[in-house]
Order: sequence, then structure tokens, then C-alpha cells
Amino acid sequence: MSRPLLRIRGLRKQYGSRLVLTSIDLDVAEHEVVCLIGGSGSGKSTLLRCVDLLEVVDDGTVHLGESELTDPRLDPDVARRRIGIVFQSYNLFPHLSVLDNITLAPRQVHGVPRRRAEASARELLARLGLADKADEHPDRLSGGQQQRAAIARALATEPELLLFDEITSALDPELVGEVLEVVADLKQRGLTILMATHEMDFARRVADRVCFLEDGVIVEQGTAEQVLTAPRERATRRFLARALDRS
Amino acid sequence: MDLTKTAESPAPDDTYRPSEHELERQRFRRSRRRRHTWISALCTVVALVALGAAAVASPGWERVDSLFLDGAELRAAFPELLRGFWLNIQMFLVAEVLILVLGLLIALVRVTRAPGLQPLRLAATVYVDVFRGVPTLLLVFLVGFGLPALQLQGTPSEPWVLGVIALVLSYAAYVAEVFRAGLNSVHPAQRNAARALGLNERQTLRHVVLPQAVRNVVPPLLNDFIALQKDTALVAVLGPLEALRAAQIKADYDFNYTPYLGAALLFIAVTIPLTRFADRLQRRAARRTWAETGR
Repeated sequence: MSRPLLRIRGLRKQYGSRLVLTSIDLDVAEHEVVCLIGGSGSGKSTLLRCVDLLEVVDDGTVHLGESELTDPRLDPDVARRRIGIVFQSYNLFPHLSVLDNITLAPRQVHGVPRRRAEASARELLARLGLADKADEHPDRLSGGQQQRAAIARALATEPELLLFDEITSALDPELVGEVLEVVADLKQRGLTILMATHEMDFARRVADRVCFLEDGVIVEQGTAEQVLTAPRERATRRFLARALDRS
Repeated sequence: MDLTKTAESPAPDDTYRPSEHELERQRFRRSRRRRHTWISALCTVVALVALGAAAVASPGWERVDSLFLDGAELRAAFPELLRGFWLNIQMFLVAEVLILVLGLLIALVRVTRAPGLQPLRLAATVYVDVFRGVPTLLLVFLVGFGLPALQLQGTPSEPWVLGVIALVLSYAAYVAEVFRAGLNSVHPAQRNAARALGLNERQTLRHVVLPQAVRNVVPPLLNDFIALQKDTALVAVLGPLEALRAAQIKADYDFNYTPYLGAALLFIAVTIPLTRFADRLQRRAARRTWAETGR
């Protein structure tokens, strides 16, 4: 295996006296899809937010390629340009049309001329089945459409790494499928994805690797088949039994 | 799975005809609505007539009528009042533009975090604290009489200009706080989403936070401007012939208070439509907020 694109070593994060992540070690290779699973409060989201520098880490390092993201001398804006993130609650900009949501970063941050930015945004929207929604405002879209628009927004800057933070958790069950199809398509195209998810079937289908987190620790990681079908750890078995019970 | 499929409402079915039961229900609702309209109109007329009769029949009515409701006096004073009120409108318009610019600048200075702007930030904080704490009338005296007394070069001598300066100083502090509240009312997730896309702090403010903040503060800003429109009358103490001053001169001359009432009517003629407009914007904003959080 080549040198990993994302390399996390000894990552620690605490809110006040509450320890959220304890010494996390995790690699994500290029073109790999890694799923983080675990109960709520296990630290999945915090891990993603630390990678995107939305949280200040309390110890350890995060490397993206050659550069250390956790170096305070590094301009966080430059680092974030290489990473795309999609949130559970979409967080589209309500005052902008879907098209303007998507072209904002390419135009303002990467200096792409409007005409070209809009052309590639429309192409992207067509690929995600939103061609007819380009000029709508986000509040006119269903949850699944909003989330697909948010994915398009994250893809528009052609990031090296995509972070998905429970992107289907806020959706009605019948809308989950359309968003997961998009993610599966991105894997086909060879993007590198680190995602927190509650969708076990989906993780089994697309993940190259699955990491199970509990109380801020990676308890077990391995291939999707191994972790989800034949978990070694008792905690993983207990979690999976509960997760499967629900679905 | 077909991703191009979208959730549209079902097509209206052309064959639908309301049932007899539904038609009966609609007829009943219509007649009840008509009855309610009649009752409310009748009650209102009765109440107004009773109130009017009581006022006219009361012992002091004749004095009230001649001192406050003198039609000839109002007709004689009205051209002067109207000319004066035009000055109020002008002061209002000039002050409003300056207040918006100054208030927004102060709010922006207060929310940015650039270390080099620390002295400006401090000055903005002190400014808001001081000028929100001082009565507007006191500021009008201070600027209107105090500033010319310094005999500095280039000091405006027009009383109405000095009055506008005082109003701007006072209201910019309020409006800055309204803008700041608006900037803080934008959900932190919006800021995060913008920063995650690689936008820096300035770009985030300009393209994501500020447009949403301005949208949120339009109704409270309108309320401040209604207050400003009334407070242009405070400039009367400096002597320019605006509506209140004109009314005062006429009232003193004739020992009749009808001109004051005339001036009041002019202010009301402007503020009532403005208030209704602000209310409508506020209702629309509230509906939008519910729609957003309803998801």
C-alpha cells in the first residue's frame, strides 16, 4: 500500500474535562472509503471536525499528504481547500440559489470565472439528479435533494479528501437511498472518503475499511466484511446486535 | 434508483366535485361569516356614537373644542406646518443614510477578530456604550449649542445640520447594536460551512454571514427608523422651522393648541404606514424562521 493520504496519530480532543477522543490512530489511503461506526457520542463527528480543523486538537497530529494540518503555523483556510465536508444538517446557504451555493467557493476561493464555475456546477448537478433545481433556493428542496446539493457543493472544489458526517441521519427513511447512491457513485469514481454513518448495510457494501469507535477509542478496525460479519471485540458485537435490532 | 425523480405534488384531479355535505358546510360557514361581520360593524358604530356623544355632552367640551379643534386655526396654520414637516422628512432621510452606514461599520468593527483592529474595536465599544446611555435630547443640546461655541473652522452653523449630527450620533449606536445582534443571529453552522469550503473570515462575512444578518434585522431596523422619524422633532429646540417649531410659534401667537394637533397628525400620517409595513415584514420573517426550523 502506498503512503496514506490522511494520517492521524495519537489524536486527542477534550471539551473541558470531558475526554472525547483518546489517542486515535487512523490511516486513509488514496481512493479508499473508510466508514466510522459507533453509537452517538462515541466521537465519530468530533474526529471528522478535527480533520477539517473546525475543532482545535488537544494532542496528536493529522497529516494530509505531506503537510501537517495540525501545525498552527499552517493557514487553516489553505488546508481546508483540500478537504470537502458534508454535514448531517446540510447547512446550505439559505440566501443563495443552489447554483450559487455550489459556485461560491470555486469563484471566491479558487478564482474560477463565473461562466466556467456555473458550467461545471450544472454538470455536477445533472450527475446528482438535480439539473432542474439549479436556480431554486434550498428551502424549496426536499431533505434528500438538499443533501445532494450539499454534496455537489463539497465536490465543486475538487477536494483530495471528502468527509461525510452522518449525512443521512436527518433524512426521512425513503430519502436515504438517493443520497447513498451518490456516495456509491463517488467511490466508483475513485474519490477518497472518510465517513461517519449509521447505515450498516451501506457500510458493508461500499466501505473498504470499517472502524468501530466507542468512548473516543477505535476499538476495532478492519475490512467491512471482518468488522461487520465476524467482529473480534465484544463491544463491537454488542453494538452491532443493537444496530441490527433497530433496522 | 432513479435520481431525477422529484417529489412533486399530485396532479389535480379534474373529475372531483364537492359532495352535497361539503356544499352544505360551506353555505353554513358563509352565512356565519356574514352574521359576524354585521354584528361587529353594528357594535363598532354604537360604541363610536356613544363615545362621541359622551365627549360632546361633557362639561368641558366647549373649551376643548375651541382650544384644540379649531378648524379655522388649523387651516391657517397648515401651510406653515407642512413646510416645516418637509424639513423633518429631509432631516430623517439624510440622517437615516448616515446612520445605516455608520451603524454597520461599527458593528463590523466589533465582530471582526483581526488583532490590528483592537484600538478601533475598543473605540467602537466605548462609542456604543456612551451614546446609547445619553438621552437624545441632551445630545441635541450638546451638539447644537456646544459645537458652534467652540468656534472651530468648518463647523456647520445651520441648526438643522447640527440637529442631524446629534441624531446620527445617538441612533448609530442603537443601529450598530441591531446589526451586531443580526450578525450574531446567523447560525454558527453557516459560518462553519463557509470556512470548511475554504472561504477566509472576510469572504465568509461578506458572502454568507452579512447577507443573512441584514435579512434578519430589517424589521427591527424599521422600528428604529419610525422612532427616528418622530425624534426629528427634538431638533425644534435648536430653532429651525420644522413642524413642531412652526406649530409652537403659531400656538403661542394665537393662544390655541390646534397647530400642535396638526403637527401630530402629520407625524402620524407617516408613522402609521411605516409601522404597518414593519409589522408585515416581521410577520414574514417569523413565517420564514418557522419554515426553516420546521424541517
